[in-house]
Amino acid sequence: METAGLIVTGFGVLFLLLGSLGVFRLPDVYNRLQAGTKCTTLGAFCTTLGVGIMEPSWFFKTLIIAVFILVTNPISAHALGRASRKSGVPLWKGSVIDKSEEFEEFREEQ
Amino acid sequence: MNVVLIIFLACIGVGIILCFLRMVGGPTSADRMVGVDTFATVTVALLVLMGFILERRVYLDVSLVYAVLTFVGTVAVARYFERGI
Repeated sequence: METAGLIVTGFGVLFLLLGSLGVFRLPDVYNRLQAGTKCTTLGAFCTTLGVGIMEPSWFFKTLIIAVFILVTNPISAHALGRASRKSGVPLWKGSVIDKSEEFEEFREEQ
Repeated sequence: MNVVLIIFLACIGVGIILCFLRMVGGPTSADRMVGVDTFATVTVALLVLMGFILERRVYLDVSLVYAVLTFVGTVAVARYFERGI
């Protein structure tokens, strides 16, 4: 039980480290948001659940925390991305596609 | 407390330092807010792990409240970026 929990926790910690590295290294807001949301959500989920596996009497509470992170983290990331798009933060010059402009035109036609 | 848990704590610490550097040096305020959001999620995981290492159950409650407050704060700041107060 201890070893399984350690493996799950280590997987989560690795993802947390990679997500933070992405937030530090990537070139613009939208890329950073992608790294900082997906990797960090999976990392925090696995770390919390791994602690619950190592200490079985805590499992229910850690499950509540993990599910809460899994639900709320994409919502806040979506709000941030939408807000930075609406407030006019430019894309990186190497970005190839921007679907949101098409979507705005489509909405104005309607 | 064995060696593996110390290595995990060191990895999380490096991640927190990277998020903090992004928070300090981001070109726009949206970048800083992305840094704050990632920082908070990493800190929730750090609090749960610290609670396991120190064998204090109260750290779980602290991390749950921290997650709730971070979510509310991030959504509020995003709304402020979008259309003002």
